[in-house]
Amino acid sequence: MSPKETVISVQHLTKKFGDFFAVYNISFEVYKGEIFGFLGANGAGKTTAIRMLCGLSVPTSGVAQVAGFDVYKDTEKIKANIGYMSQKFSLYEDLTVLENIRFFGGIYGLSGKKLQAQTTNLLEKLALAPHKNKLVASLPLGWKQKLAFSIAIIHEPVIVFLDEPTGGVDPITRRQFWDLIYEAADRGITVFVTTHYMDEAEYCHRVSMMVDGKIAALDTPAHLKNQYKVASMDDVFYQLARAAQRTE
Amino acid sequence: MPDVSLENISKTYNKGKTIALRDISFSIEKGELFGLIGPDGAGKTSLFRILTTLLLPDAGKATVNGYDVVQQYREIRKRVGYMPGKFSLYQDLSVEENLNFFATVFNTTVKENYNLIQDIYVQIAPFKNRPAGKLSGGMKQKLALCCALIHRPEVLFLDEPTTGVDTVSRKDFWQMLQKLKAEGITILVSTPYMDEASLCERIALIQNGSIMSIDTPQQIIQMYPDPLFAIRAENMSTLLADLRQLQLLKSVYSFGDYHHITFVQNQENSPQELVQQLAQAQHLQLEIKPITPGIEDCFIYLMTQQNESQRNGN
Amino acid sequence: MQQLYSFVRKEFYHVFRDSKTLLMLFGLPIAQILLFGFALTNEIKNANIVVCDYANDNVSNELITQIAHSNNFTLAKIIHTQTEIEAAFEEGDIKLVLVFPNNFAQDLYHQGEAAVQIIADASDPNTATTLTAYAQNIIRDYQQQIQRSAPQVLSIIPQVRMLYNPELKGATNFVPGLIALVMLLICVLMTSVSIVREKEMGTMEILLVSPTNPLVVIIAKALPYFFLSLLNLTIVLLMSVWLLGISINGSLLLLYFVSSIFILCALSLGLLISNIAASQQAAMLISLMGMLLPTVMFSGFMFPIENMPVPLQIVSNIVPSKWFYIIVKDIMIKGTGFAAIWKEVLILSFMTLFLLAVSFKKFKIRLS
Repeated sequence: MSPKETVISVQHLTKKFGDFFAVYNISFEVYKGEIFGFLGANGAGKTTAIRMLCGLSVPTSGVAQVAGFDVYKDTEKIKANIGYMSQKFSLYEDLTVLENIRFFGGIYGLSGKKLQAQTTNLLEKLALAPHKNKLVASLPLGWKQKLAFSIAIIHEPVIVFLDEPTGGVDPITRRQFWDLIYEAADRGITVFVTTHYMDEAEYCHRVSMMVDGKIAALDTPAHLKNQYKVASMDDVFYQLARAAQRTE
Repeated sequence: MPDVSLENISKTYNKGKTIALRDISFSIEKGELFGLIGPDGAGKTSLFRILTTLLLPDAGKATVNGYDVVQQYREIRKRVGYMPGKFSLYQDLSVEENLNFFATVFNTTVKENYNLIQDIYVQIAPFKNRPAGKLSGGMKQKLALCCALIHRPEVLFLDEPTTGVDTVSRKDFWQMLQKLKAEGITILVSTPYMDEASLCERIALIQNGSIMSIDTPQQIIQMYPDPLFAIRAENMSTLLADLRQLQLLKSVYSFGDYHHITFVQNQENSPQELVQQLAQAQHLQLEIKPITPGIEDCFIYLMTQQNESQRNGN
Repeated sequence: MQQLYSFVRKEFYHVFRDSKTLLMLFGLPIAQILLFGFALTNEIKNANIVVCDYANDNVSNELITQIAHSNNFTLAKIIHTQTEIEAAFEEGDIKLVLVFPNNFAQDLYHQGEAAVQIIADASDPNTATTLTAYAQNIIRDYQQQIQRSAPQVLSIIPQVRMLYNPELKGATNFVPGLIALVMLLICVLMTSVSIVREKEMGTMEILLVSPTNPLVVIIAKALPYFFLSLLNLTIVLLMSVWLLGISINGSLLLLYFVSSIFILCALSLGLLISNIAASQQAAMLISLMGMLLPTVMFSGFMFPIENMPVPLQIVSNIVPSKWFYIIVKDIMIKGTGFAAIWKEVLILSFMTLFLLAVSFKKFKIRLS
C-alpha cells in the first residue's frame, strides 16, 4: 500500500457558542480512500464539527485542512472538492431523477459530455434508467438514498460527508448502500460518515467517538473493542457515551 | 379480550394508487409490550394513525380498549396516549409549560399522575424552564413521553420513539418502557432498529404494508429456515466480493464485523467446502462459525421471500 | 373551562414569543397609519400654482404678490382666460389655480365682499386639501391687513372647487377602509397560520388524540386573536385621532360592537382557510390573495362601487368587508346611529353566522 495521503487534517479545532464549547480542541487525520466513522451521542458536537469541515461554519480556534484547503480561507475551494448528503436533505422530491442528476451535476461544475457520461453511468449502476423520468417523490426511500449518495459523488470529490445516510432504510437496502460506499472508497473517495447503526460502525476503517465536544476515542473497530474489552461497537459506544457529562 | 385488535385493515392513499397497508390483522393483549418493526415507508405510521383514530381505514375493523376506531373515536381519544414519530410538542413553550398544557388537555393535572412520570421527569426537571425546542434529542423524547403519559393512558402508542436518538438514550428509553409495562399499560411501539426487537414481548415484522411475521422474538428466530454461519477474514470487503461469487451460498449479507451466510444445500461439510473454495483467494485469519440468527437476519430472509412471491404474483 | 383557559394562555405564549407574529400583528397597522399620516401631515412647499386674473386691479395684484412670496407656493404663471385653466391642470405640475373675477377690487370696496375661486386638483386629495387651506390662510391674512385701514367691513370669500375628485376621498375615507383591511388581514392570517402551524409541527395530532372537544380547540384559537384584533382596532383609532386628526363622530360602543362581528367573520374565514392549507406558507398566500384582493377591490374604499360594471357590483355584495366599510364610514364620518345602519349590520351578522357554522362543520376531526 502506498504511503497514506492525508485528506483531512484537524489540529486543536474548537468552536465556541457564547461560553459553551460545542467542539473542544479536537485533533485527527483522515486518509485518502478511508471510510471514517464519526460517531457520538446526540449533542456531542458532531454536527458542529462537520459544519466546520464543510466550510459552513468558522472555527473559533485551531487549524484544519480539508482536501488540502484551509477551513478559514478557502471555504469555496473546499466546497468544490467535497460531496455532502444527509438524511434530512438529499434530493428535490418534485423533480425527476434525471432533473435531479442534471441539477446537482451542474452545481458541482459538471457540464456537457462529462455530465452526460456520468449521468448514464449513474443511471445504469443504480438500475434507474427505466425510472429516470419519475419524480423522486415516487421512489422508495432506499432508492432515494442510493440516488442521493451517487449524486453526492457525481463530481468525484476528494471527500464525501454522509450524515446518517441510512436512517430508517430497510436492512437489505442498507447493505446495498454500504456496497456503494465501499465502491466509492475503492475509487479513492474518502468517506466521512455518521450513523446510529452500530453494525455500520464496524464497516468503517477507523472510528472516532465524540463525547462532550471532545474525541474520546479514535481507532479501528477491532482495536477499540480490544481496548474496552467488549464484544461489539455498540458496547464501546455505550461505555464512552455513558460517561458523558453534558446533556445538550 | 385483546386491548388492541385489527381485522383485515387496509389503507391506500392518492385514491388507491399508493398502498399503505394490505389486509393487516393482529391483536395485542392487555399489558403487552408489542413491537412493530420495519423500515420507513413500511406502513407503521399509517397503522398508528388508524389505531389512534386519526385516519379512517379503507377496509377492515379495528378496536382499541374495546372501542371501535371509527364509530367510538371519542372514547378512544380519552384512553390512549400517543407519541407521533415527529417531535410534536410546542418548541416555544418550556418543558414545564408543555407538560402543564398537555395535562389540562387531558383533563388532569401533573400532580395527579406524577408518580407515573416521576422517574422520567426527574431527568428533565433541571431544564424545566428551557424551551422544548432547545432540548437535545434524548431529552425531547423523554418530555414527549411524559406528555403522552400524563393522563395515565390504558394504551400507549409510540411511533418510532427512538429514531435519530443515540444508543445510550435508546437503552434508557427501553428501560422506561419496561417500567411502564409493569404498571399494566399496554404499549405498541414501532421502530426501524431491528436490535430493539428483542426488548419486546411480541413483535410484528412489517414491510411494504404487509405483516411478514408476528410472534415472540424467540419464536421468529426459531422459524429461520437455514443454519446460519458467520464468517470473517482480515479484508472484509474482498471477502464479501468473493463470497458473492460462490454458487454454493444461498445468501450473503454483511453484519458488522462478520458476514452472515447460508448455504444452498445444508450439509455437514458445507463450511469446510466453503473454506476450500476460498483457499485460492488466500484470505488471512479466515474464521467461520455457526450462529443463531438475529431479528435482522429473519427480516432480511422474510423480505426476500416477500419480494419473490410478489415477483411470482405479477 | 380549565382547558379553554390553558389553551388561550398557550396561544398568547406563542404570540408573544414570536417576534415575527408580533411585528405582523402590531407593526402592520401602525406602519400603514404612519405612512399615511406622514404623507398627510407633511408640509408642502413651493407648490406650483397658476393665477387667472380677470380683474388685474391693485387688490388682486397685491394678493398675488403675497401668494407668490409665500413659502408654500411658487407662482408659475398668470393667465387671463378660462381655457388656459384646464390646460394648466393638464400639464400636471399645477396643483392649484386662483381665479380673480372682473371688478374684484370694485366689488370688495363698494359691496363689501368679493369672491375668489380656488380650484384644486383633487386627484391627490391630501395635497389638494392642504394647499387649499394654505391659500385660504393667505387670503384671510390679507383681508385682515386691508381691514385695518378700511372703514367698512371687507370680506374676501374663497370659493373652493375640487377638480377630478369632488368628494375628496382621502384620510376620512382611508381610515375606515384601513380598519376593514387590517382587521381582516390580521384575523384571517393569524388564525389560519396558527392552526396550520400546529398541523405542521404535529401537535395537532396530539390534540386530536385527546379528549379535547374540537370546539375548544377552535375557540381557543379564535379568542386570543379576537382580543388582539380589538386591541389593534383601538390602536388604529387612537392613531387616526391623534396623528391624522380624524374625529369619530358616531358612537364608539357601536363601532366596537360592529367590529366584533366583523372580527368573528374574519376568524371563521381564517378557520376555513386552515382546513385547506397544508403549510404555513400556503395559509399565508391564500389569506393574502383571498382576502386582500376582494377587500381592496370590492369594499369601495379604493374604487367606487357605483362606477363598476353591474356584475362586479353584484359580486361586491358577498364581500363582508364592503358592508363593514359602509358601517364604519357611517359611524365614524357621518356619525349615524344604529337605526340608520341596522340593515348592513344584519347582513354582516348573517354572513358571520354562516361562515362560523361552515367553519365549525368543516373542522377536521381526523388527519386528511
